[in-house]
Amino acid sequence: MIERNLPALIPLIFLASALLIPILGLWKKKLAYPLAIIATLTSASLSVYGFIYVLLNGTIRYNFSGWIPPIGIEYVYDPLSSFVVLVINFITLVVLTHSFIPVTIDLEFKQTAYYSVVMLLLTGFNGMVITGDLFNLYVFIEISSLAGYALIAVGEKKAPFAAFRYLIIGTIGASFYLLGIGYLYFMSGTLNMSDLAAIMPMIKDSPTILVALILIVVALGVKMAIFPMHGWLPDSYTYAPTSTSSLIAPIGTKVGAYAMMRILFFVFGADYFSKELPVGDLIAIFACGGIIFGSVMAIAQKELKRMLAYSSVAQIGYIGLGIGLANPFGFIGAVLHLLNHAFMKATLFFIAGNLRNKTGNSDITLFDDSYRKKYPWTMASFTIAALSMVGLPPLAGFFSKWYLVLGTIENSKWLYLAVILTSSLLNAVYFFRIIEKVYMKSPAQSKDSGTDNFEIKRDEVSASMLIPTLILAIGLIVLGLLNVVIVNQIYKMMPVGM
Amino acid sequence: MEILQTYNSIVPFYAIIVSIIAVPLIIISGKFPNLREFWTILAALVKFGLVLSLLPGAMEGKAALYSLLEIAPGIELALKADQFGVFFALIASGLWIFTSFYSIGYVRGNDERKQTRYFASFSVCLSATIGIAFSANFLTFIVFYEILTIATYPLVIHKENKEAISAGRKYLLYTLSAGIILIAAAGLTYTYAGTLNFNPGGIFESIELSQGGATVLFLLFLTGVGVKAGIMPLHSWLPAAMAAPTPVSALLHAVAVVKSGVFGVVRIVGFIFGPEMMYNYGLNNILLAFAGVTIITASLLAFKQDNLKRRLAYSTIGHLSYIVLGVALLSPSGFAGGIFHIATHATMKITLFFCAGAIYVNLHKENISELNGIGKVMPWTMAAFTIGSLGLAGIPPINGFISKWFLGVGALQANMSIALIILVLSGLLNAGYFFPIIHRAFFREGKNLEGHKEASLLMVLPIVITAFLSLLFGLFPDLFFNFFTTAVNISNSVLGGFLR
Repeated sequence: MIERNLPALIPLIFLASALLIPILGLWKKKLAYPLAIIATLTSASLSVYGFIYVLLNGTIRYNFSGWIPPIGIEYVYDPLSSFVVLVINFITLVVLTHSFIPVTIDLEFKQTAYYSVVMLLLTGFNGMVITGDLFNLYVFIEISSLAGYALIAVGEKKAPFAAFRYLIIGTIGASFYLLGIGYLYFMSGTLNMSDLAAIMPMIKDSPTILVALILIVVALGVKMAIFPMHGWLPDSYTYAPTSTSSLIAPIGTKVGAYAMMRILFFVFGADYFSKELPVGDLIAIFACGGIIFGSVMAIAQKELKRMLAYSSVAQIGYIGLGIGLANPFGFIGAVLHLLNHAFMKATLFFIAGNLRNKTGNSDITLFDDSYRKKYPWTMASFTIAALSMVGLPPLAGFFSKWYLVLGTIENSKWLYLAVILTSSLLNAVYFFRIIEKVYMKSPAQSKDSGTDNFEIKRDEVSASMLIPTLILAIGLIVLGLLNVVIVNQIYKMMPVGM
Repeated sequence: MEILQTYNSIVPFYAIIVSIIAVPLIIISGKFPNLREFWTILAALVKFGLVLSLLPGAMEGKAALYSLLEIAPGIELALKADQFGVFFALIASGLWIFTSFYSIGYVRGNDERKQTRYFASFSVCLSATIGIAFSANFLTFIVFYEILTIATYPLVIHKENKEAISAGRKYLLYTLSAGIILIAAAGLTYTYAGTLNFNPGGIFESIELSQGGATVLFLLFLTGVGVKAGIMPLHSWLPAAMAAPTPVSALLHAVAVVKSGVFGVVRIVGFIFGPEMMYNYGLNNILLAFAGVTIITASLLAFKQDNLKRRLAYSTIGHLSYIVLGVALLSPSGFAGGIFHIATHATMKITLFFCAGAIYVNLHKENISELNGIGKVMPWTMAAFTIGSLGLAGIPPINGFISKWFLGVGALQANMSIALIILVLSGLLNAGYFFPIIHRAFFREGKNLEGHKEASLLMVLPIVITAFLSLLFGLFPDLFFNFFTTAVNISNSVLGGFLR
């Protein structure tokens, strides 16, 4: 019985808690966090159950208020959406566990409001992923974006401005999207994704559809932060508080990527956008631009969160490249990287948060080898995440790159292949720079004395911050070794005809 | 093409993980050096024993097969202990035993910092090396190859001075770039051939590739393994890596890492491309050219080096290309000679590096110009050095003569007298850059050598044993481990009935 309601239940749990937290929080402030955790735990468990159920039994469709599509709004819980929902909710669970201490310290008096908005954000994300209606997608894009702007704005001094910039860029993007689906509605008379996919072959030769496609790609590109629509990302990730960046960085851009995949592959169709039109190649080229741009800019950064932000631009580029290739291996690479990068970035932002918790900053120029002694587990997790980002087997990051490599070879796109390979090397530069600083005495120091002048004691962060970090880091090893298990499920997520 | 008989056995897997298991034990015993070193020695002995147990089966043509898990659609992380794998694994694990004792003497004699990190990293490196030896397909090979790169990094930068850190950066730059290129090569091969499994005689049997496509693919592979194999111009990380402690240079940069590189070259030539494809597309000539240039240039550059370890590094670069030259000849004696050289060069070079380390720890001398008269003070060390040098120059009855002889015969079999000339010339150059060292040590008067005696037993004993092994295997090449017969068998299984 519960299965049939899962598509609606999962986002609604978050919505309910978003409304409940302020009410109960006014009564007792300390209830905000436990409520948020309970809601996330429930949704995450349902997501696990839902994913397995869908893989075994097929797609679940839910019609709100019983109205049949295309008149009513339909929620489609199929292998792809259930997978992305699982990733989002699981990562959120881990992030919220990690965030308890940072939120208590950074946002002491705003906790109730903060957690309520986080729940709203998750409502938006889950809704975006599960919905089968184009306009409903817009609604939830706006919900999640507005929640996101608020969560970012409560950060450091420059945060409100960064959030404002994101707001402007994001709203423009959302407007493009609205215009795009407006054109689609005009041409087809429906807003339901499956319905539109059926009608598409009849209307696809019209220039209106082409314009709609471009508008939607640009709009979702903003949400996804594909180069050159990424401008909002670096400042937002850097100045947001620890808990926000840990939450938004791993999953925020991924829902945008999912929306792009859903609309391009399942509504327009891979043949249309990549074979009949050069849109696939365009996306891939811009993605490659982002990969190189992000990697190079990351090398230039002196602050860890900013470096990770530019690194994210590059990593999103990989997913964009997979989408642009529009072949099976590209699709697998994109979806797998959606998962892998969520884990990797979450780990890395946790580490930035851990360091800020202990030293007050995450300035790379201040890293030195005392960090190795003071925060051994945090730095060990950093090493694992860094090696995975560079793409060293058998860690997770290697495999998403492997599938993307196979995808580029399948289409004989040698430029994209070179970009993927070069970026691995660029990634190595900015990660190994930190590893060098942390694990080795700088040459200046080693000249002074052969032994340490005083004992540097271990001063690792508390368990509620350390354990999530370690869980995700170990998860990278597990995801790498078991990637075939995941990939076999991804085959079920592919659109018909791929 | 030969179909290899296989049987399922978990022994190859145990052989790899025995030193991984030792790592946490080493780390927790960090404050108790003797206990910590005990784990290293124990792991080395067990590993060698496990590998040795695979030898009889391998000699009969049966390979122990162990599949770990499917790591990519259609490709498994799998281990196959075939003759070539067991051959390499025996050399690496056997020499690790000696290096471990030597390491103890070295790090204690030098009072090195971060000894726990040193021994732990060493253990991981040996696991990775055995993993490379037993890889059943190219993707498994890449996994262990990259693990080896990362695991050797802490050892290269061990001293943490400016030279070491810069050497580490160069090392990573070269090896990571090569690893990335290998991934591209593997992806292309998988797309064209549908499999990455190593098969004696090649896997491209009925696939048609264009000349350009085959050449590009081969060059990608060659660049990928060529860095670790020290093929010029990808070699310059090796002299820089001499900033590492000498046992690291001895085992890793003369045996494990660089031999993994040439192991990769042989796997690519013999087990992926196969002799027919190499010959038909002219790829063996490309390989021959690179090898020939490397041998001569490295031998010439060795003359210029005053730092003893750097001279040995260039000598290593040259000798690695003996192996490459041998397989590039695609003739029975050449191929077998090249493979046998993996074993002979290992024992000889490790002896020389051990000697260099002993001289450094004992007398704090690094440069050849300072080595006058040390033969009187360290007679055993320098005697071993002499044996190693004679062997590398190709003088009987040291084992180096045998591999060189067969390489020469192989050159004639392939009608490539240029290769023969290169080999002879290189032998003369070897003599030219080694004999002055021996001359200085024994026939010149040294300064400030009073009161010094031979290095500690922990160092001298391994030196003498490896030198003695070089002599012993020169007289009885098949003693104990059938190295020579194995080399011939491998050559036959790869070349099959191939005739130029």
